[in-house]
Amino acid sequence: MTEKDPEKEKRKIKSTARMQEIMTNYYMEAKTAADAGKKVAWITSGGPVEPLVVMDIIPVYPENHGAMIGASKMGVDLCEKAEEMGYSIDLCSYARSDIACSPVNGGPIGGLPRPDMLICGNNICGTVLKWYEIQARYYNCPLFIFDTPFCHTGYSEEVEKYVKRQIGEYIAFLEHECGKKFDYDRLEEVGRLSVAGQRLWQDVLDTAIHRPAPLSAIDAFIHMALIVTLRGTQQAIDYYTLMLAEMKDRIAQGIGAVPRERYRLLWDNIPIWYRMKWLSETFAAHDACLVADTYTSAWCGSLKHLDENNFLASMPAGYTRIYLNIGVDEMAGQVVKLVDKYSADGMVMHSNRSCKPYSFGQYDIQRFVREKRDIPTLIIEADMVDERHFSESQIETRIDAFMEMIRQQKS
Amino acid sequence: MINLETYTKIVDDPLAYGWRCHAESPKPIIGYFCSYTPEELILAAGTHPFRLFGSSRNIRLADEHIQTYSCAVVRSTLEDALNGNLSFLAGTIFPHTCDSIQRLSDIWRINVAIPFHCDIVLPVKLDTASARDYYTDALKQLKADLVKHLGSPIFDADLRQAIKKTNQIKILLKKLYELHEKNPAAPTGHELFTIMRASMIMDRDDLLADLPQLIELFNGRPAGKPAGKGKRLLLAGSVCEHPDIYPIIEEAGGHVVWDDFCSGARYFDGLIDETAEPLAAITDRYIRRVACPAKHSGLTDRADHLVSLARQKKADGVVFVLLKYCDPHAFDYPYLKAALDREGLPNLLIEVSDQLPALGQLKTRFEAFIEML
Ligand code: SF4
Ligand code: SF4
Repeated sequence: MTEKDPEKEKRKIKSTARMQEIMTNYYMEAKTAADAGKKVAWITSGGPVEPLVVMDIIPVYPENHGAMIGASKMGVDLCEKAEEMGYSIDLCSYARSDIACSPVNGGPIGGLPRPDMLICGNNICGTVLKWYEIQARYYNCPLFIFDTPFCHTGYSEEVEKYVKRQIGEYIAFLEHECGKKFDYDRLEEVGRLSVAGQRLWQDVLDTAIHRPAPLSAIDAFIHMALIVTLRGTQQAIDYYTLMLAEMKDRIAQGIGAVPRERYRLLWDNIPIWYRMKWLSETFAAHDACLVADTYTSAWCGSLKHLDENNFLASMPAGYTRIYLNIGVDEMAGQVVKLVDKYSADGMVMHSNRSCKPYSFGQYDIQRFVREKRDIPTLIIEADMVDERHFSESQIETRIDAFMEMIRQQKS
Repeated sequence: MINLETYTKIVDDPLAYGWRCHAESPKPIIGYFCSYTPEELILAAGTHPFRLFGSSRNIRLADEHIQTYSCAVVRSTLEDALNGNLSFLAGTIFPHTCDSIQRLSDIWRINVAIPFHCDIVLPVKLDTASARDYYTDALKQLKADLVKHLGSPIFDADLRQAIKKTNQIKILLKKLYELHEKNPAAPTGHELFTIMRASMIMDRDDLLADLPQLIELFNGRPAGKPAGKGKRLLLAGSVCEHPDIYPIIEEAGGHVVWDDFCSGARYFDGLIDETAEPLAAITDRYIRRVACPAKHSGLTDRADHLVSLARQKKADGVVFVLLKYCDPHAFDYPYLKAALDREGLPNLLIEVSDQLPALGQLKTRFEAFIEML
């Protein structure tokens, strides 16, 4: 048996094991839902999940599945399959790999459980609309589209009215699919749990304000799985309570996510799932820690619009005014806030070929951040799942040059 | 005597035309994207709707604001705007369609100094009552924005008149399509393309005055036959901006009888009810018209439409033209193709980046395809 490196062991986040257990159980339950007489709904990451929880429907997130496919390096194979099916290489690789997974039950967990219904919230992109249409045809199951008009410069009464009506339609849809009445009291209860979970997640992320940060964005990418998939449940609350305690403990002991944290960086966009370890180590070798990011914080970004004491009424704004559904200038303002909050010395932006709504506008956000805060910024061209768009040597050289700039600026 | 040369000039250099209108007419010019922009409202406001197709081929400034994995429409219109070539515009309207246009609007608003910037955030689904109501609300908002910015009111009578005008234009454009379907020489595919493209750019009063004369001109032309086998082709797949591929297809022995392009037949598809309340009537037309792939109106509506169009037009084959990096269309392609395959309708895919693939290669592919039909 090889000796474990005690230094590395100390730095490992212990809660991870618990999270993996929860996620395994969750997927097992989802995959055996039919035997247990439960229904499965596929839902987009920004979709309104609480009504599903109320109806005891198991929500399954194809985007989380896409992330798993990417992290287990099965992306290229599935993306190529999608191309054989006629889907262009330029489409979102979450969508491509998921679509290709369905007919072969491929991927790390042998495919997702068959959906009884699909819930598509377009507050993140237009891609999900097309993706869910494709899956609705493939699985021949009903599709509910939760349409949240884009907020370029604001949020209007008309939008609020439209989204509110759709929440009513959504509930009617669920009642029809399940053949039972919707329990509005329970929605308020689930809503409270959802808000509490998001608050805890925010607290976990905020521990990275501390120097050295007890967790990095890379850790957050892994641990966000629960706030995405189990939002609105006690389980998520229990888990993040546990994790928060561990982070506080690490702070007390002075354990940082990287061995010597000298530089603190902000990450923008979806992770490069198949190179997380490499990225983390490459930055750590420069004594840099990715302390925060725009992606994982999106799952608590709605807190300002959600009302735990009147959840139903706050759902339209809470689900419409989210990070990817607002204008580039408003996003840039939020990025600057993150820079300040986490005392970032630089920003790394992943220009992600797969995600146009997240990536287009990055150059302007970059310029804005430079103007406001005068910190070095780096843009990495890659893709979140499809490794064919990743050039390690090129990116390494750019990271080296970028870190050199940070060192100069800080000295 | 009507001169087609004018039309060619407009299409070859739409911005020069825009600048000329700007110099010669007091009518403010409003640039817009996509057939989901209700031209009727722009006309009713006493302004000139000018569809933006993008003319810059050498992209420099736009590359500093948007990645190269965005479609040619987005990149080249942004280049036009940034280099000042669109400064004759009094405003720009962005209807909400795809993710790329959505972000283009933000980038434009932040970086381009055109006074009036307007988003029409339309619903994404078109098949529910609440979406219909919201659609009308979005049009009301556009009307209010136009009034606020231009400073003059838009009365229902103005709107009704504008609706009448666009209806007439649509009827006449359709007539031209029908003429070409019957007689590939009058107008030729290239002429049809040119008039169609110009019709979205030109002053609509001039256009409306010209169209009957154009029809007369083509009616007077002797019947011609397409080269070779003259196989009947339908163009589909649609891109926001479709290139002039008619001459190549015709040379290869094909006869394009119709298309499903939003800058083609979908532009004149469906008239607006002139007797109903104007904004509700405009909504109604958009909801009845077959949806663009960035919108949702049922799970198979686009395939059903394409198959029935191909049948109705007795097409021998269908040519998909897809613009690189256009997500909504790329997502629909496999299912549309499958629907055609199921019906035994041969089809061919051409992917276009900012320019058509090499001419020789394209011609060979069309010849091989037509040979097979
Ligand atoms: S990665 Fe981007 S394009 Fe793909 S589903 Fe997510 S938000 Fe949409
Ligand atoms: S061509 Fe496609 S990607 Fe480009 S603007 Fe049109 S719909 Fe959007």
